[in-house]
Amino acid sequence: MADTEEKSTSRITGFFSAAYKDFGLPRLIITGFVLFLFILATIMKMDLTILISDSLVRIGMNGVLVLSMLPTLACGVGLNFGLPVGVIAGLIGAVMSMNWNLQGFAGFFAAIAIALPVAMVAGYIYALVLERVQGQEMMVGTYVGFSIVSAMCMFWLLAPIKNPAMIFAIGGQGLRYTLTLDKTFAKVLNDFLAFSVFGVTIPTGLLLFFGLLCVLMSLFYRSKAGLAMRTVGSNPMFAKSSGMNVRYMKMWGVILSTVLAAVGIIVYSQSYGFVQLYTAPLYAAFPAVASVLIGGATLERATVGNAIIGTILFHTLLTIALPVTQTALRGADISEIARMIISNGMILYALTRAERR
Amino acid sequence: MAITEGNVLELEGISKSFFGTQVLKDVNLSVRPGEIHALVGENGAGKTTLMNILFGMQVIFDTGGFEGRIILDGVPTDISSPREAMTYGIGMVHQEFMLIPGFTVAENIKLNREPTLPNLASKIFGRRLETVDEEAMRADSRAALDKLAISIDELALVAGLPVGHMQFVEIAREIDKRSVKLLVFDEPTAVLTESEAQMLLDAMKRLASEGIAILFITHRLDEVMEVADNITILRDGEVVAMMSKAEAEVEKIAELMVGRKVERIELPERAKEPSDRDIVLRIENLSVNMPGERVRNFSLNVRRGEILGIGGLAGHGKVGIANGVMGLYPSTGKVYANEKELRLNDPKSALEAGMAFVSEDRRGVGLLLDESIEMNIALTAMQVQEKFLRPGAIPSLRLADEAAIREHALQVIKDLDIRCNGPEQLVRRLSGGNQQKICLGRAFTMQPEVMWVSEPTRGIDVGAKQLVLDLLVDFNRKHGMTIIMTSSELGELRKVCDRIVIVYRGQIAGVLPPDASDVDFGLMMAGKGAARREVG
Repeated sequence: MADTEEKSTSRITGFFSAAYKDFGLPRLIITGFVLFLFILATIMKMDLTILISDSLVRIGMNGVLVLSMLPTLACGVGLNFGLPVGVIAGLIGAVMSMNWNLQGFAGFFAAIAIALPVAMVAGYIYALVLERVQGQEMMVGTYVGFSIVSAMCMFWLLAPIKNPAMIFAIGGQGLRYTLTLDKTFAKVLNDFLAFSVFGVTIPTGLLLFFGLLCVLMSLFYRSKAGLAMRTVGSNPMFAKSSGMNVRYMKMWGVILSTVLAAVGIIVYSQSYGFVQLYTAPLYAAFPAVASVLIGGATLERATVGNAIIGTILFHTLLTIALPVTQTALRGADISEIARMIISNGMILYALTRAERR
Repeated sequence: MAITEGNVLELEGISKSFFGTQVLKDVNLSVRPGEIHALVGENGAGKTTLMNILFGMQVIFDTGGFEGRIILDGVPTDISSPREAMTYGIGMVHQEFMLIPGFTVAENIKLNREPTLPNLASKIFGRRLETVDEEAMRADSRAALDKLAISIDELALVAGLPVGHMQFVEIAREIDKRSVKLLVFDEPTAVLTESEAQMLLDAMKRLASEGIAILFITHRLDEVMEVADNITILRDGEVVAMMSKAEAEVEKIAELMVGRKVERIELPERAKEPSDRDIVLRIENLSVNMPGERVRNFSLNVRRGEILGIGGLAGHGKVGIANGVMGLYPSTGKVYANEKELRLNDPKSALEAGMAFVSEDRRGVGLLLDESIEMNIALTAMQVQEKFLRPGAIPSLRLADEAAIREHALQVIKDLDIRCNGPEQLVRRLSGGNQQKICLGRAFTMQPEVMWVSEPTRGIDVGAKQLVLDLLVDFNRKHGMTIIMTSSELGELRKVCDRIVIVYRGQIAGVLPPDASDVDFGLMMAGKGAARREVG
């Protein structure tokens, strides 16, 4: 019946309403805002090539963190607000790799190799916690994230690392707040096969790495285990009656998300050029959560496409908002404010629309 | 019809339909003070709807109201909410208890009607701050409980009481409302042990002798015979008989309650008839803890190649059997498929033993509503039997073979005549009948030896019902699939089954051939002749 109704309305409105339904109001608004900022930048004769180059870098460096939202959404645990668990594992990997003074790709992959087992164990323990609080995973995850960041502050201070470049100059004990990766693996991915077209620098390695993980993720979604994970998320009773192990699949979802977060922060750090310790990962989850939601993911359904589109929209917006508004408003910085409003507003919006069943 | 003097309640020409389906047709009923009037009927006969009308439940108005009149004490009355029904002196003893576990018996009985004493604060801020008069509350509660001749401590917490006692607390609350003129008992003995049930029946008689009219809704014909003065029998929304106790016989009631024409069409012949020498599934002492549908010590042999029906009234456990064997609810006992013991409480073990299950909860358990038709059909077979997977080194990371899934889905859509836009359509958008066919298609994809089908025709329209039944017969005859079908609709069981098991209180009441008389079915479903067990 709905079909005939749609046919009767004119084709143009039909097209727009379909596009609107597919795309969703929030995405439409944000896309509009991004375009508006670009137009504004053009009018003010700003250098678009720099804006685009920066955006590409931001997309690549945040993409994997956003991707790490998918497994928990798939298995029904919800948005992984406990992302700092994985981030910490990644930071441990990065710090160890730096401590051994491994350089270039060796340093990057060593960081990942160390981070993986740490993330798996941490993810497993985190999954055990979440299992006990079914139905409130997102709330509890947020606090697990906060707690682990605080607890790790002590670890960073007491870690038995003697590399003078990494520890506080005075006192000789405790890692610095920010460690520079200049001498180890800063920008190894960004600079890998990088080239310029029309003045826009393409961080080829970074985008390739993100793309590779996206492909792997979408293949996983189509595998036996991936389908089981999605089934567990969308209808646990159906999953159970089809002989799937609901508990096991949920645990794997959490572990996978934690592992991706660990890889994500290493990618982020190499691109940024610094490893940020102590309270830096406190709010790591929020931009990632906001991105995937802007991409159109809901608590019931999230695809790799949602993660990609969300990353592109959210991070392009953040990247260009600062310089454009600074030029337009002569120095006022609404970038940080815009980030807060958009990311927290988006999370709020998505959560109020949840639990329709 | 003239208004008869002296009736507490008179229902006159009540008709009601839900979305075009008539569930009540011109129902008349009258109750005098001090009369116990039994209202009997199968599930779906319309008893609940009738009570919803009497209590002015919102669901009635939301679905377009009803026709006919409610006359209380000779005055036609509009009852528009349960609260209003209460002010007219109509009380309800619920099937599910509406008690607060952390409160005492007395507090529950007097809930929201507590006797109070003024104090300083209440003089300033109003009546809501008056002190609760604990003494009066105790005394009132005691009086109400004594009226029922039950020795419950009125200061005990409800949480620790046995189920039977909670029922009495509920009744005590109703009779404590002094204005109560008519009490409705909705299946009050369903959860009681035999001695508790007897106490309840005695209490009912005592209340009636004090002039309270009682409307007693039940399936249990022996109880009807014991206490009722008059009996009204509902079937398919119509009053098929009204009789006094003197005229009533259990057999007659049972026949009237169940009886409807069963057109048993000739089913296709089989090459080999199922027999007791070839048992495909053996269930021994199965107990299933499924809320509302508990199974207790159920044993049964299923013959290879038969269509076995499981019938019985709601709440007696017929639905629990399939859910227990398939591992969805905690169960104990032994189940052997082809003489190999299954691991209970493990759906995978049941599925691997060659069984498939079509759940009674189609939308909740049976389908992934937001997935495509093809995924719904293929998923279980993929996960359990590794069908539709492309080769790969790591078993759990093998990719889905989308071409094979598509091909199979198209075949199923054609074979089962599923009306849809194509295999990619989301299941949520389909009609109930087509959704049910997808559930059947999914089970069928497993190529099971034994297929459990629960309530296959629930919530689908009449035409689709016949199609679903035809499909089941077809699976059975063409593929030799053993089918165990659970249904609340006795008529459809009698249409297609070879044998019908009737479940009563979680146990087998008996096994009947489909052409057994209505009386036999009615009696068995009502627990007559079946041994009743004291439950702890």
